[in-house]
Amino acid sequence: MPIYDLIIIGAGPAGITASVYAARKKLDFLVISLDIGGQAAWSGDIENYTGYQFITGPELAQKFEEHMRRYDTALKEGEEVLEVKKSGEIILVKTNKADYQSRSVIIASGKKSKELGVVGEKEFKNRGLTYCATCDGPLFSAKVVAVIGGGNSALDAALQLTKIAKQVYIINNTVELGGDAIMRQKLKAATNVVILNNSKVLSVLGNKFVSSIKIKSSDQEKELAVQGVFVEIGLTPNVAFAKDVEKNQKNEIKVNLRNESNIPGIFAAGDVTDVLEKQIIIAAGEGSKAALSVFHYLSRKVF
Amino acid sequence: MAKSVKVYSTSTCPWCIRVKQFLKENNIEFQNLDVSGDQLAADEMMAKTGQMGVPVLDIDGEIIIGFDKEKIKQLLGL
Repeated sequence: MPIYDLIIIGAGPAGITASVYAARKKLDFLVISLDIGGQAAWSGDIENYTGYQFITGPELAQKFEEHMRRYDTALKEGEEVLEVKKSGEIILVKTNKADYQSRSVIIASGKKSKELGVVGEKEFKNRGLTYCATCDGPLFSAKVVAVIGGGNSALDAALQLTKIAKQVYIINNTVELGGDAIMRQKLKAATNVVILNNSKVLSVLGNKFVSSIKIKSSDQEKELAVQGVFVEIGLTPNVAFAKDVEKNQKNEIKVNLRNESNIPGIFAAGDVTDVLEKQIIIAAGEGSKAALSVFHYLSRKVF
Repeated sequence: MAKSVKVYSTSTCPWCIRVKQFLKENNIEFQNLDVSGDQLAADEMMAKTGQMGVPVLDIDGEIIIGFDKEKIKQLLGL
């Protein structure tokens, strides 16, 4: 079995940028990822990635992918990492398809949508319940929908839906909506939005597709007839495979200025880490830092 | 003979864009059905798959939900 210099886990902005730097340093490396583009591919309009005054998420992800593929990078797409473990000086990476060995690893596996954890959520996923308003929103033309959450991603989803759906409920479990003031203003100006604060979802009901949700609103239980449920309650890091790596309270991997984790040889970059601020451009920058740190680590160390 | 390929999609969904890009790159002709504007197409898709997630591909009657590159390649012999 070959021993790679580096295995990069994830191909979002951080992982792809790390791969470009690793290729230019002529490292013998591999990229393993379930998808390409990560959360960037799911973003709507991007207006703050320097060099692009306006670009959509899928287009930027496509540019990233082209940049990565320019270097004949070995890419295992659609492969899921199950375990990362250090054994002696070597790091073992086990996926759903194969086992690999490497001298170093960059974890750039990003974040995924948090689930509600209520009855009916799994059953009705893609049957009216979704985690991506950008993707599935247009299917709910002239329907009644509920957005669950009260932060920026929930407000963004609700705003998109005000233009599509007949009516939009926002189910927010705090006293009032969070997020940016400018988005809250836009929502308040919309005529087809009902904001329910101090409310949480108890269950999702339906037959073949979603037909209603049961909520508890200011201590009263009630049922709302909706055909769509958009879950936007935040994100959680993809770290289940990295049990030995130290994390913070949000389950983000703790890294230092060099993107090193607590385990020598295991680095991390982007939204999966405790880096301050989660932005595409920051994730990309962190990916480059991590790859350069790996390069220094490998050149210092005799294997 | 070329297989009949239908793509049920919306204009905004990232994987719909990717799946169409992939088909174009491989010179596969397909019929695009925008389920956001076309209720009949949306009903047809839901009847075929029992779900509402896009993209959905119909390759000669075989249904693929999501951008499953490997399965698409297999069915199209790429």
